[in-house]
Amino acid sequence: MSSERRHRPVASATTESTPLRVTLIAVALVFFALFLLLPLLLVFTEALRAGLAGYVKAITEPDALAAIRLTLTVAAIAVPANMIFGIAAAWAIAKFDFKGKSFVITLIDLPFSVSPVISGLVYVLLFGAQGYFGPWLSAHNVEIIFALPGIVLATMFVTFPFVARELIPLMQQQGTGDEEAALSLGASGFKTFLYVTLPNAKWALLYGVLLCNARAMGEFGAVAVVSGKIRGVTNTMPLHVEILYNEYAFTAAFAVASLLALLALFTLAVKALLEWRYGDQLAASNGRH
Amino acid sequence: MRFVSKSYVRRAVIVAVVAWAAGAAMVSQASAQTRLLNVSYDPTRELYRDYDAVFTKYWKVKTGQTVTVQQSHGGSGAQARAVIDGLEADVVTLALEADIDAIAAKSGKIAANWRSRLPNNSAPYTSTIVFLVRKGNPKGIKDWDDLVKPGVEVVTPNPKTSGGARWNFLAAWAWARDKFGGDDNKAQAFVKELFGHVPVLDTGARGSTTTFVKRQIGDVLLAWENEAFLALNELGPDKFEIVVPSISITAEPPVALVDENARKHHTTEVAQAYLDYLYSADGQRIAAKHFYRPFKPEFADRADLKRFPKLKLATVADFGGWKAAQPKYFGDSGVFDQIYKPK
Repeated sequence: MSSERRHRPVASATTESTPLRVTLIAVALVFFALFLLLPLLLVFTEALRAGLAGYVKAITEPDALAAIRLTLTVAAIAVPANMIFGIAAAWAIAKFDFKGKSFVITLIDLPFSVSPVISGLVYVLLFGAQGYFGPWLSAHNVEIIFALPGIVLATMFVTFPFVARELIPLMQQQGTGDEEAALSLGASGFKTFLYVTLPNAKWALLYGVLLCNARAMGEFGAVAVVSGKIRGVTNTMPLHVEILYNEYAFTAAFAVASLLALLALFTLAVKALLEWRYGDQLAASNGRH
Repeated sequence: MRFVSKSYVRRAVIVAVVAWAAGAAMVSQASAQTRLLNVSYDPTRELYRDYDAVFTKYWKVKTGQTVTVQQSHGGSGAQARAVIDGLEADVVTLALEADIDAIAAKSGKIAANWRSRLPNNSAPYTSTIVFLVRKGNPKGIKDWDDLVKPGVEVVTPNPKTSGGARWNFLAAWAWARDKFGGDDNKAQAFVKELFGHVPVLDTGARGSTTTFVKRQIGDVLLAWENEAFLALNELGPDKFEIVVPSISITAEPPVALVDENARKHHTTEVAQAYLDYLYSADGQRIAAKHFYRPFKPEFADRADLKRFPKLKLATVADFGGWKAAQPKYFGDSGVFDQIYKPK
């Protein structure tokens, strides 16, 4: 996109006067500082208000550790599951033609358009004691709602689209040429998938998994509905932050919140690294972010 | 280029499986010992943190069993809903009789006569509704009629979801009824005007306190007496003051055994003991320490009792009891629905 413009005069591409440009940039920077940087800084200053010792104490307290453990467990189940689903869905959609394809794409996007609270309530309606499967589950001593399975289900629902949405545009753009070549050279369908399709999409896959993981660990609304908020048992990290805040334990609340913020920063850093290093391979998905 | 080497895949799978197994082990470990789940409402967090520790010790000495008490807190109505939907509470300690009645009626997990199974209508402690204002009382709030003066903003949670808010509502009504010589129409007009001064309805009492205290919204917080004292203690008496109105209401937050869940978990005995012990000297002393008015004041520290101001108290019986008051005032298209229009 730059080669055509390069032989124009060096003057800027826009015609606005310098003061106007400076003002616009300043406004953007001020907004950035006020709404993104300041809250982030605040999280860390509040978290460290009681000093490093207080910070360490807050995040090693048994309930906080239980919350961290639960959040990691949930992500460890939900993310791989959604990764497998995402690959399967993207593969089917990008490499094959079938009836109702656009309908499937719309379905995959559904969790994005539904409020997370509704996603949680749906599971309560299905598996709650008054729900469709409630009596049967209760009779067989299976706990879903207000226990780990419910939290995992709600998290999976909310993070369902991330991997698939990263992979589909890239795979569609890449077309089926490579696969056809592999097949014509005698590779089996599975081998083609493993050695041709997957390697072509690996960076987009990693990128989708990262986003999926960030959301899985940070989800509040859907999980709040199905958690039951039992301290040390079904409290995830975001829920624990709210509980601590409500108990006037502001420093501890921000200490746990800072862990989530660190996760976000880590995700961003890896994302930036991926874009910088493998920008061309991510091009198809970059267009949307 | 290969996607990933096989050893890498294998390592990743092993790590994932180990992490998952470790997580699962933690979760199942927690359920291996005797555990009690107490599903409670918002402002009791500090009370039960204290009480659970004392009860655990008492039970260990008495029976040799180690019991772990787990807590869940939220708006009273929302918590009742969760128990109905299957939250496995062994005991519930909620803000309102009506919320426990709802569990009994909708899920059948609590016997209908629960109220008579423990002393004082199953309320081991009571509380009342007071005002929390900003230091120096800049708006000069002294009684209920000051709340509807121009420019005064009142913070209270939503009576549909919060037990405390229903007590707020009835306390205001009780005052107005007394003021207007028993005229319920005038009382309703007053309460309607009062809710016209509410800028935001949170779902639970603790949410309202945070709105008032942290977000600096409103001039008056209608709060549980214990919640007001706690806010004062936690956040500094240099920032807020308690104002005691001329009339308020005796709020009876009841407790009950969730029979069916306890039977299923084989915890009936320890759960019952947990509730009984609330009425003991220890239980009553801890309640008073956390600003709840104990059912048996003789067990409480005298210094703790001195903190409770004396005031004229109406009771829910003046409204025909919760069985009548709940549907009339807070049911679908009840009085609250008629008078409150969200802004």
